[in-house]
Amino acid sequence: MRIRPNAVVMTIYLLFLLIPIYWLVGMSLKTNTEITGAFTLWPQDLTFRNYRVILTDPSWYMGYVNSMIYVTMNVVITITVALPAAYAFSRYSFMGDKHLFFWLLTNRMAPPAVFALPFFQLYSAMNLIDTHIAVALAHCLFNVPLAVWILEGFMRGVPKEIDETAYIDGYSFPRFFIRIFMPLIASGIGVAAFFCFMFSWVELLLSRTLTTTDAKPIAAVMTRTVSASGMDWGVLAAAGVLTIVPGALVIYFVRNYIAKGFALGRV
Amino acid sequence: MEKTQNNKAWFLVLPVLVLVAFSAILPLMTVVNYAFNDTFGQNEFFWAGIDWFEEMVTSDRLHQALGRQVIFSLIILAIEVPLGIFIALNMPKKGFWASFCLVLMALPLLIPFNVVGTIWQIFGRVDIGLLGHTLAAMGVDYNYTNDPLDAWITVIVMDVWHWTSLVALLAYAGLQSIPQAYYQAARIDQATRWSVFRYIELPKMKGVLLIAVLLRFMDSFMIYTEPFVVTGGGPGNSTTFLSIDLAKMATGQFDLGPAAAFSIMYFLVILLISWVFYTVMTNLDREETR
Repeated sequence: MRIRPNAVVMTIYLLFLLIPIYWLVGMSLKTNTEITGAFTLWPQDLTFRNYRVILTDPSWYMGYVNSMIYVTMNVVITITVALPAAYAFSRYSFMGDKHLFFWLLTNRMAPPAVFALPFFQLYSAMNLIDTHIAVALAHCLFNVPLAVWILEGFMRGVPKEIDETAYIDGYSFPRFFIRIFMPLIASGIGVAAFFCFMFSWVELLLSRTLTTTDAKPIAAVMTRTVSASGMDWGVLAAAGVLTIVPGALVIYFVRNYIAKGFALGRV
Repeated sequence: MEKTQNNKAWFLVLPVLVLVAFSAILPLMTVVNYAFNDTFGQNEFFWAGIDWFEEMVTSDRLHQALGRQVIFSLIILAIEVPLGIFIALNMPKKGFWASFCLVLMALPLLIPFNVVGTIWQIFGRVDIGLLGHTLAAMGVDYNYTNDPLDAWITVIVMDVWHWTSLVALLAYAGLQSIPQAYYQAARIDQATRWSVFRYIELPKMKGVLLIAVLLRFMDSFMIYTEPFVVTGGGPGNSTTFLSIDLAKMATGQFDLGPAAAFSIMYFLVILLISWVFYTVMTNLDREETR
């Protein structure tokens, strides 16, 4: 049998990607004595204790619930405001459209570190600190521009004749938009929602700054517990594994669009 | 596509405008306010003019962080872009294995930034990590918490692990858009593998590669969480990049004035780069539609 060189390259690369993840998963199934005591390549003494700790302690699992809540809010807000704007950019030229489009892009490129402190003060002044909506709104900073760009990319692919025919047939704009146009770009909406979900899920700096206890995301719960209780590596690893799961589940559905999303709708 | 001139389209953009103004302009105004004032708490402000800017422009600490940042971003680009193209060229073109590779490659991109840091923090530890342990067993003196060079290598390998797939996915999408007829023509002309790459594949990937380079440059330029979790900016200040330094200054020491002045300059740099990106990209778009 001939060995194909591309298969070798891909195997090596995928192993490079998967081994660190394997190590995390393996560690989450070990006891702490095994982690620190003996060096083993796979769990000798298989245990689910680490997962049990997380799933039974509210201060742990509420982190997941909080993350889910603000991520969902963010996706809903973002898609709702981005849809009409993307339609406007893809169909009409209007005063200042290019400047506005560029300004949106700069927000995608803005370093969260620059915004952390002013966000904290702005939301304190409005008594929004430690609420889910505060994090959801803060994440709109980079998700709204991204969603507008992705959706605009998909909407460009829909011929304008469809709009015109619908108007001639007597459709009003809202009815045309919801009944005809949105089903046509359903995949685009799905991809945009996925990317908003993803960037809101992986972001930590802003979500940690804006929350203290009630809305603390899982990623921040992880950092706090490590420093407080010292070295509970097993639980830390288990928490890490659980943060990977949601992304891994949805990735299958968007596999063919993921490049388009990262390219800001430009592939 | 011909666009209709219609200023009423502003109404459709209005919700986005309000939302982004709330989450971008208002905070930026606060930053500007801090940058020109001095405060001792209780909301009392004293006009400080451009003192903070002078302090920041001449600060060694900032120069060093900026230097480290530029070196880091350049190394990242030099590794990830060629490697990403190479991986994309080797990916299966279609069928089950193509989906299989796409899904696995996208996996690191979806892991929360601090979990990426945690994975590598654990993976690299000499006592409990596979990488650290293996290196130690091979007799390599590796310890990322003490040795600046090892810390740099760890952070760079981590970033390559985290983001090379992004470049590869974009390049792969570019490759997929090349019609088979191009390759057939090249075969008839008996083109070598290299000239197929140089004259067919590379030009076709130009647009996506530009996006990949600029996204990687931007995102590595504001990298914060991953190195912060792994090294905490140390040993010493050796892996303190711009964002880490800024966060230390603003939320650690509450030096609001200097931090705000720093933020504004940081943001202006980003703005300049975004503008170059945007101009080049819209020009490419126009060429393609022509």
